[in-house]
Amino acid sequence: MIEIGKEIQTAAYLFAGILFILSLGGLSSQESAKRGVLYGIIGMIIAIVATVLGQGVEGHIYIIVAIAIASVIGILVARKVEMTSMPQLVAILHSFVGLAAVLVGYGSYIDADTQTLAGSEHTIHLVEVFIGVFIGAITFTGSIIAWGKLEGKVTSKPFLYPGRHLVNIILLIACFVLGFLFVGVDVATGMTYLYIMTAMAAFIGVMLVMAIGGADMPVVVSMLNSYSGWAAAAAGFMLGNDLLIITGALVGSSGAILSIIMCKAMNRSFISVILGGFGAVAKGEAKEMEGEVTSLNYDAVAQLLKEANSVVIVPGYGMAVAKAQYPIYEMVQYLRKEGKDVKFAIHPVAGRLPGHMNVLLAEANVPYDIVMEMDEINPDLPNTDVVMVIGANDVVNPGAQDDPASPIYGMPVIEVWKAKTVIIMKRSMAVGYAGVENPLFYKPNAEMLYGDAKDSVEKIMGFLKG
Amino acid sequence: MSMKVGIPSEINPKELRVAATPKTVLRLIKQGFNVFVQSNAGVKANFSNAEFEAAGATIVPLAADIYSKSDIVLKVLGPTVEEIDLMKEDLVLLSYLWPAQNPDLLQKLADKKVNAVAMDTIPRISRAQKMDVLSSMANIAGYRSVIEGANYYGKFLNGQITAAGKVEPAKVLVVGAGVAGLAAIGTANSLGAIVRAFDTRKEVAEQIESMGAKFLTVEIEEDGATASGYSKAMSQEFIDAEMKLFLEQAKDVDIIITTAQIPGRPAPKLILDYHVAAMKPGSVIVDLAASSGGNCTMTKDGEVYTTDNGVTILGKLDQLPCQASQLYGNNLCHLLDDMGKAENFKIDMEDDVVSRAMVTYDGKINFPPKPLPVSPQKPVVAPVEVEDPKITAAKNAKKDAVGMVIKLCSIGLLLLVLGQFAPAEFMQHFTVFVLSVFIGWQVIWNVSHSLHTPLMAVTNAISGIIIVGGLLQTTNDLSTPMTILASIAILVASINIVGGFFVTHRMLKMFKK
Repeated sequence: MIEIGKEIQTAAYLFAGILFILSLGGLSSQESAKRGVLYGIIGMIIAIVATVLGQGVEGHIYIIVAIAIASVIGILVARKVEMTSMPQLVAILHSFVGLAAVLVGYGSYIDADTQTLAGSEHTIHLVEVFIGVFIGAITFTGSIIAWGKLEGKVTSKPFLYPGRHLVNIILLIACFVLGFLFVGVDVATGMTYLYIMTAMAAFIGVMLVMAIGGADMPVVVSMLNSYSGWAAAAAGFMLGNDLLIITGALVGSSGAILSIIMCKAMNRSFISVILGGFGAVAKGEAKEMEGEVTSLNYDAVAQLLKEANSVVIVPGYGMAVAKAQYPIYEMVQYLRKEGKDVKFAIHPVAGRLPGHMNVLLAEANVPYDIVMEMDEINPDLPNTDVVMVIGANDVVNPGAQDDPASPIYGMPVIEVWKAKTVIIMKRSMAVGYAGVENPLFYKPNAEMLYGDAKDSVEKIMGFLKG
Repeated sequence: MSMKVGIPSEINPKELRVAATPKTVLRLIKQGFNVFVQSNAGVKANFSNAEFEAAGATIVPLAADIYSKSDIVLKVLGPTVEEIDLMKEDLVLLSYLWPAQNPDLLQKLADKKVNAVAMDTIPRISRAQKMDVLSSMANIAGYRSVIEGANYYGKFLNGQITAAGKVEPAKVLVVGAGVAGLAAIGTANSLGAIVRAFDTRKEVAEQIESMGAKFLTVEIEEDGATASGYSKAMSQEFIDAEMKLFLEQAKDVDIIITTAQIPGRPAPKLILDYHVAAMKPGSVIVDLAASSGGNCTMTKDGEVYTTDNGVTILGKLDQLPCQASQLYGNNLCHLLDDMGKAENFKIDMEDDVVSRAMVTYDGKINFPPKPLPVSPQKPVVAPVEVEDPKITAAKNAKKDAVGMVIKLCSIGLLLLVLGQFAPAEFMQHFTVFVLSVFIGWQVIWNVSHSLHTPLMAVTNAISGIIIVGGLLQTTNDLSTPMTILASIAILVASINIVGGFFVTHRMLKMFKK
């Protein structure tokens, strides 16, 4: 086997780092995004090859076997996954990074080479191991819970118990103290400390995400994305590997920015997100619902659409669940052919992770120039004839603007009620993911259309053509 | 007591529009106003008294009652002397006034202490677009110019190949690409004609092309754009080149639609006698500037006639009173909405829009208002106004700078302490770390919103780089715990890498324009 020198390896790492930066930079536009992915793949291959060929790497056979098995699994999963379950996939992949960080941390601790370090170098290494395992463990369990919530295996309601902040803080302090002790003890005792700390961190991870309500999931997923990056960076510190540090930092700040964007979109404070349990309960009495809920049949909806000049469609997670994007776009094409102005309006947190709706609509071949952001569409809504809300709920809740008692008060929403008519397609009168009553349904210009989104759209289409 | 809005009939027999329709009455009532409509005010625009009543308006027989009882009067054309006599003090009047051409009218309104808003002087800024009556009316005129032009033109507008033979598409030249011009381009294009458009302002080329026409230009560097959004008069050299271009086009095209107007002045003469003479028999000229003198020298205002060489020239267009009233009424509703609706109705002379459109206020004439540049991104038009923000910006920058210095100092101090204790190798890694965070921060803000899911998947794949940790730790001996740990780490990290990249690729394949 050929071996390459340290210098060449460093050069390769630098190159890989640059490729990763270009890869993320490529995502600034649709056109350059595909090239960005290619850069990422090349960077990754260079990094792996340079590492394997480096000095002192053994066990090539195990490496190859592990990568081969993993590649098969990875491709199978990625091919099979429905675009609607992207959030789950992303969450579970985050947990893998967390797990790997924990394992690498353990490995680095028992690595005979690092035992020989002395003085402050040894101390710093131990601290790095400790922090790396800590972040890794939180990411691991937190992501698993996030996955469970998205998959519906864990309740999407926030799990809150009194004094949870106190418990979290005590656990944190305990980890901190353990970290101090950890630096001064021999490997066997240290290992025990490490286990205890991992367990505590894992518990914190579970509790952080358990406390978060389903509607805030996009923030959680991007936050865990960030954590997984920091975990990788921490691993880089303990191994003295710059590439890990660079990449981890890139991913970490990327996730952090996404979280900030999501927080802004939902009017949450970034700090309270990091601390967990930010789906806080609102103070005061919730507004009494006034007015009557009226519903329409398919024929009437088709009639409304026929008479409308401008139509805006606001999709939400309900569209994803029903896989209604295909029939919806079919309907949109039909309406556009009839000379109507049809647009999609996407709330920044629609769906279960950032940009989720865009991906689904792209899957159905919806051209992205008729897909508008919330800020672009809101000024147009008063002049819109018909708004169809398809499987969205909290993002069109007027309570966010006029009901200070509402838990989502202050969150920017798509102002669909300003249009002439709003048709809300929903399975039932049940509350949305945030568990908040929606006064929109009671507005005089709002009409409900109950049923599965896909089924309903197909029936409307029948009446439109007929 | 709620505010009263009155809508009198238009006196001018040629005016078919009305300042409110049953639909806008509904809106006005929603805004909290009490609405009074003079009997038969909407008849010429096909709105009956019954419809107005059904919408919630009260029908009043006499104009005198409207003027004496209303707080706000909505009209289309400016009032006559007789009408002004009927008005009460402090009445708010919304109508066309053309203040530059009608100084006497303004004086009368001011004497009567009427607060008059000239809808035609609403500044053409983005915020005021929804109340811009010139645009909404021009839109109708543009549409109508094509429909009526096509009516007089004896052939199809679109090209067809049929069993009965091939039909050539009509060629339409639109002169002046304001709102009317653009509307005409869009309409002609949608009917299948080949459309070309000329405008002295280079900036509208893109708009022309977006509506589906070819932008014609002359090879002389001169831009007709002005701060007011209208075009200015051009140099002789430019005009000569323009005339030559029009001559070439006149020989070729079937329909010419002219829309060039300069506010407060006669319309520029663009299509001269020899242009008309050069046109094919059966061709049509639609002159939207007919009322201000016409863009074509042979136009007769208010008339449609055919010249000796068989060119039909239209000097008048149907107003589409029903549609026009609806749009005009909507514009008025938007303005009232902006002025606080019924509850908080207020004449705010600090407001950019109100202060410019309110041509008489409190017994004084407030015209001409100070100019308001359309394109603030072009500092060329208003170098004086650029000064102020610069100074405040400098002040802010100074404040920011002080905060920044403090922050930087504390960060520097912190790093110094860290450097004191940490080993050299750590500091080196730390440097790389901090710089990478900065790069990541800069790069990610540029990622487009719609790509956030792919971004997440890609960062997911990339964070699989932790595989390197596993790679470095494997040994040849699978029984050591370290190798086992490392192998599992490699396994999960690789799933991440392969799965992440693959799924990103799948997603991006779906994005298309």
